[in-house]
Amino acid sequence: MDLTTEYLGLKLKNPLLPGASPLSDDLDTVRRLEDAGAPAIIMRSLFEEQLIMEEQATLEDVNLHEFSSPEAASYLPNIADFAFGSDEYLKQIAQIKQVTEIPVIASLNGTTLGGWVHHARLIQEAGADALELNTYFLPTNLLRTSKDIEDQIIEVFRAVRNKVDIPVAVKLSPYFSALPHFASQLQRVGADGLVLFNRFYQPDLDPESLDIKITLQLSDPYELRLRLRWLAILSAHLHLDLSATGGVHTGLDVIKAIMAGATTVQMVSALLRHGPEHFRQVLEFLGHWMSEHEYENLEQLRGSLNLKTGPDPSAFERANYMKMLLSWRKMTHGFGIPPQQS
Amino acid sequence: MKSSALKATLDANEAVAAVAYALTETLAIYPITPSSPMAEFCDEWSAKNQPNLWGSVPRMVEMQSEGGAAGALHGMLQAGTMSTSFTASQGLLLMIPNLYKITGELLPFVLHVTARTLATHALSIFGDHSDVMACRQIGMAMLASASVQEAQDMAAIAHAATLRTRVPFMHFFDGFRTSHEVGKIDLIGHDILRALVKEEDVAAFRERALTPDAPVLRGSAQNPDTFFQAREACNPFYALVPGAVEELLAEFARLTGRHYRLFDYEGNPQAEQVIVMIGSGAETATECSAWLNAHDKKTGVLKVRLFRPWSLQHFIAALPETVRAIAVLDRTKEPGAIGEPLYQDVVTALAEARSLGLLPRSCDPVVVGGRFGLSSKEFTPAMAKAVFEELETEAPRNHFTIGIMDDVSGTSLDWDREWDIEPDDVTRAVFYGLGSDGTVGANKNTIKIIGEETDNFAQGYFVYDSKKAGAVTISHLRFGPRPIRSTYLVSHANFVGVHQWEFFDRLDILDVAAPGAVVLINAVHGPDNLWAALPVEAQQTIVEHKLRVFTIDGYKVARETGMGARVNTIMQTCFFAISGVLPREEAIAHIKKAIEKTYARKGPEVVEKNFAAVDATLASLHEVTVPLSADGLRHRPPPVPEEAPEFVKRITGVMLAGQGDLLPVSAFPVDGSWPLGTTQWEKRNIAQEIPVWDENLCIQCNKCVLVCPHAAIRARYYETDVLASAPATFKSVTFRSPTLKGLKYTVQVAPEDCTGCTLCVQVCPAKDKSNPRHKALDMAPQLPLRDAERVNYRFFLGLPEPDRKLIKAEVKATQFYQPLIEYSGACAGCGETPYLKLLTQLFGDRLFIANATGCSSIYGGNLPTTPYTTNRDGRGPAWSNSLFEDNAEYGLGLRVAVDKHHESAVELLQLLAPQVGEVLVTELLGGYAGDEATLEAQRARVMTLREKLRDVQDITARRLELIADYLVKKSVWIVGGDGWAYDIGFGGLDHVLWSGRDVNILVMDTEVYSNTGGQSSKATPMGAAAKFAVSGKALPKKDLALYAMMNGTAYVARVAFGSKDGQTVQALTEAEQFPGVSLVVAYSHCIAHGYGMQFGLEQQKLAVDSGYWPLFRFNPLRDQPGDERLKLDSPAPKVPLEKYTANEMRYRIVERSQPERARALQEAAQQQVREHYKLYERLRDVMKVSDVDTEETI
Repeated sequence: MDLTTEYLGLKLKNPLLPGASPLSDDLDTVRRLEDAGAPAIIMRSLFEEQLIMEEQATLEDVNLHEFSSPEAASYLPNIADFAFGSDEYLKQIAQIKQVTEIPVIASLNGTTLGGWVHHARLIQEAGADALELNTYFLPTNLLRTSKDIEDQIIEVFRAVRNKVDIPVAVKLSPYFSALPHFASQLQRVGADGLVLFNRFYQPDLDPESLDIKITLQLSDPYELRLRLRWLAILSAHLHLDLSATGGVHTGLDVIKAIMAGATTVQMVSALLRHGPEHFRQVLEFLGHWMSEHEYENLEQLRGSLNLKTGPDPSAFERANYMKMLLSWRKMTHGFGIPPQQS
Repeated sequence: MKSSALKATLDANEAVAAVAYALTETLAIYPITPSSPMAEFCDEWSAKNQPNLWGSVPRMVEMQSEGGAAGALHGMLQAGTMSTSFTASQGLLLMIPNLYKITGELLPFVLHVTARTLATHALSIFGDHSDVMACRQIGMAMLASASVQEAQDMAAIAHAATLRTRVPFMHFFDGFRTSHEVGKIDLIGHDILRALVKEEDVAAFRERALTPDAPVLRGSAQNPDTFFQAREACNPFYALVPGAVEELLAEFARLTGRHYRLFDYEGNPQAEQVIVMIGSGAETATECSAWLNAHDKKTGVLKVRLFRPWSLQHFIAALPETVRAIAVLDRTKEPGAIGEPLYQDVVTALAEARSLGLLPRSCDPVVVGGRFGLSSKEFTPAMAKAVFEELETEAPRNHFTIGIMDDVSGTSLDWDREWDIEPDDVTRAVFYGLGSDGTVGANKNTIKIIGEETDNFAQGYFVYDSKKAGAVTISHLRFGPRPIRSTYLVSHANFVGVHQWEFFDRLDILDVAAPGAVVLINAVHGPDNLWAALPVEAQQTIVEHKLRVFTIDGYKVARETGMGARVNTIMQTCFFAISGVLPREEAIAHIKKAIEKTYARKGPEVVEKNFAAVDATLASLHEVTVPLSADGLRHRPPPVPEEAPEFVKRITGVMLAGQGDLLPVSAFPVDGSWPLGTTQWEKRNIAQEIPVWDENLCIQCNKCVLVCPHAAIRARYYETDVLASAPATFKSVTFRSPTLKGLKYTVQVAPEDCTGCTLCVQVCPAKDKSNPRHKALDMAPQLPLRDAERVNYRFFLGLPEPDRKLIKAEVKATQFYQPLIEYSGACAGCGETPYLKLLTQLFGDRLFIANATGCSSIYGGNLPTTPYTTNRDGRGPAWSNSLFEDNAEYGLGLRVAVDKHHESAVELLQLLAPQVGEVLVTELLGGYAGDEATLEAQRARVMTLREKLRDVQDITARRLELIADYLVKKSVWIVGGDGWAYDIGFGGLDHVLWSGRDVNILVMDTEVYSNTGGQSSKATPMGAAAKFAVSGKALPKKDLALYAMMNGTAYVARVAFGSKDGQTVQALTEAEQFPGVSLVVAYSHCIAHGYGMQFGLEQQKLAVDSGYWPLFRFNPLRDQPGDERLKLDSPAPKVPLEKYTANEMRYRIVERSQPERARALQEAAQQQVREHYKLYERLRDVMKVSDVDTEETI
């Protein structure tokens, strides 16, 4: 079975990737993933805010009190080789490169222009083979238009693009009014791929303490549906690489995503839940399923159910909404709670 | 051979440390200002594995005191490693016993001393020779340096000479004036050191080392038959020292081209008036002498370099034969002596020389002695001129002082304060800034740029005030074509940078400006409105002195470029742009280079922001058009208000205005006594934002009052009718109390004393239900609130204090009482002061505090103002500071004295019973207790007693009157930080713990030596980095509380007010009530932990929740069956230790620099915390008072 895939110019032995997550923090886990068949490692994101805040916090906490007393020029030891979180990140890239033979895709998360962009270059120098630029942007300002936001992301992409020679994919959120147009713009300015989609961690509220709680919620298989729809639409129009992420838990999910047009498929929550070895099972399922269904390679699968080639393009469009609503009413007999998915 | 010298711009501490480090194998040190940086440099280099001259890395041990360091040094030397140490002041005194031993055994080593004032009527961190002169009898060779260059050079000579001669060397230079002066010098390379230090001298030292492989015995005890002769056996070694040093100086001159002599004379070879002196003052005197000689005078300065052993021949050879009058200036005072030490030596030397025929008959000068420069008092060319002029008189005054006005004993010489001889080609700049705005750091960069990128010489000296929050810094910079020898502050600046607008209202900052000088002002007013905003006094100076004024809104530029409050880079750019020291473009390139160098490790974002600030600066810099006359209507406000007490107006006010130098001797109390309660007159207005109280949301918990480090937010309940005279904006709400009805309640901020730390807002639990962002306390800009809240606060202070008999050991009740420490200079958000404040609220009117030297003695007693204050009856804490090391003993002494007074009062009372009445006597004898009801009744009885005594015509009655107040119980508290309690004072603390006397010990544990800059103590926790534990401390913190508990008879508690304030109140109350020794160890968050102090309370919570800081109270007197003698007040660890440590830079430093070590330390620390808590649980069970039933069953 030929599972080889080319993604962001990298030759991969299969299309399933461990997505950006803390899985890349531990070298042992990385090795286990490689052993389980991972064709590349995507590192967790290095955040613009993290970079800036850490620098500023250091400055505030340490420098604020320097040279303000005759008895103490400073209050903490002067460490010449003080490393920031980013240094550790860069070191981790180099170490993963050292202990594995698979490519490393680093991930940088930011939305504004600034000094942090410089880290893209450092990431490349540390040995990363490609870069995923995560543009997790949450608009809260009434005065900012959707165009402003799109322009800003394009700007940031350009700034990062200019810093590096390695391929750069852009990880997007699903919340764009005109995603196809925006995606085509990104393609035009040189994005090598799109990663669909970022998961927004939704904060919870605590009525007791009148506070907002931030918790990490792993993905739900249902979340894949949104990805499938947009993979199907975008793969029909664009020629850059598409990678699915969010809600991929099983081998069947992988097959669906590729059929919708994904070049690669990323998995995180299932690996966090079941461990790196789960990767092998999914991969084995993919192989078996393909041979059972007499597919020889992934190209036969890829995009076979997208907007262009799928049997019912309207399923991805507005008409589908009506159909779904009707079916829902039928399922619940018009009221009450829909039966739980098993 | 002259080595090509590498130039560098650095201070003497760094220059000396570099030489010492290169020539040392082992160091034993203890931090003390101003020598600490030398040890810190060595520690940094050792941590980086930087090798010494022989390719090996020197190893360092931090000891528990200077006495300990000297002991360790003795051992190191005995076993044959080349060793060194650094110290000053009291630290040097603690070393004396060992220095005698080391010297007696001819063990070669060098002790580098930043000469500092000894504490007498007051402590002073500044420079003079009182410490080194207290060592002149030891027998160490004493070599002095007068400048940064000399300090480096003499350090090398000292190390080489000690190995050559076997006599230990003390190398000393002036604390701060030289140790902290930044100057451009020629560095000594390792090649020169190698040429100076002979390998055979090192080998000889090694061969003498004590070793079991070829043993000798050292440290014998000798008897009358032999000791004397054996003591004289060292004489030949001393005889050789001057020659050896002279030889080394000659070799040094050959190597470097820099010529020094044992006694260096500079001046007219036929001089008639000569000043003899040691140290940095000689540079200034030389400058003055040169000017006088150029104006037809015949003067000279004889600088003493090798003070011990004193070489008569060299001294006489250096003195011009023509001399008619000599003034010997000593930078120390020996009350009662015939003269100060150098004076006595010179007189003796001349007498001896004459009797030996070393002086021609014609040479018979008058010799007078004078004192100058105590505690870094300025010594200027004008003062030196006054001394030379005095020498020209027929009968020059002896035992004079110069630099002060002595209107008591009439010792002082007058001098012309306006006289200035600084040449025009020296650029002189003075910058006024705040500690937090980065001014000093930027100026250090500027000096480096000019010193290292141009041919100019540069000098920088930095003056700080004594506040930790809102500290004012004054930078004095000089640049010029020749080496700068002016060892005094700039007084005629041609550039004045005013980096904070508020200073115009606080200080006469322009008095330092020379005519025609440029003034750069950071202000929001803009070039068109600035003039009108200036006080008229500043306008007058500008007009009269024809000053040019430039302005920039530095804060705006900082804000717009993401620099926050740090205007340093912006103001530095302006300085270069205006001053023309360098071509503008070149200067900007250098600034950017310096920024990259300084901030590269702090990240590209910071570098880019600084670059942006530089680029945005010039467009915002404007020259102000100066009108022809000063027409302002606004005057600079007086430093203290009109209603301040006389002493405050006459003395404190002058000091606050920066004019303390002008106060004459008669202004001062003779014994160091100082009035309390003077911080209230110093309104510093340093908070940008202050808390605003929402009376309707407030749940009246008073937690805000408890946590405030500066007593700047207070609560009171009171009768409704007092509101009749309340100011319009005074807020008030119905008091919530189950027992007291119909009363009103107010939380009031002191707007001008608040530091804006936000701890009160952080602790406030009352949220608005429909807008939880709004709490009962929110921060709001201070300026718009200032005037109204000032009036409100004044009204608030007039509200009646609740009846002290209602006080209970719980947070809310205690916080209605007047704090008797207020508005101190402690850091914004300080974690120590809330404990002290609580102490004064609970027992302040009968409180003795013995305060160990450290942060708490600085914010507690560093002038100009004093935060401890009195209540309406005039009672308050009797606070005092003896030393760092003796505090426990000192406090015990206070207790013994108090007890004796009480005992004597009881005896006298009993004798006087017939006269004053048996009933009163019985009541008085029964009224010696600490509860508020008894205290009040007893004070009333004492008043009655006094009235009755008045009519008793008997000496017994007079005696009792003097001590009758001791019939009222006093509370003695021994207070200090962990450096004192865990390290230097531990021996004494231990002794006091076992004394059984009724003293209370409060240890405010910041886990490092905070005051001297965060050096490791035995309280430093495992895994945290501190100075001298750069790689993270490998051993756990010493558990002082556990240790004290094992004593079995003392009350012991561990508290953290940010975690459980009620337990803190309980512990302090129980400790005071306990009839023996009590020890309370108090978690004190600190800036040295490396995070914003607004999170201090959060971190305290995490420290407790993680089990790192278990709260407990141990009372050995609990004796009811089933009682827990040890009460654990916090639950078993419920969050991982990392959750606590990850928030603090002291831990992150290790994580970021050595991640693997950090992980290992973290795991070990986590394990230790778990086991530690289990140990406490077991102890609790073991120490439980046995249940009678259980015992019977067993």
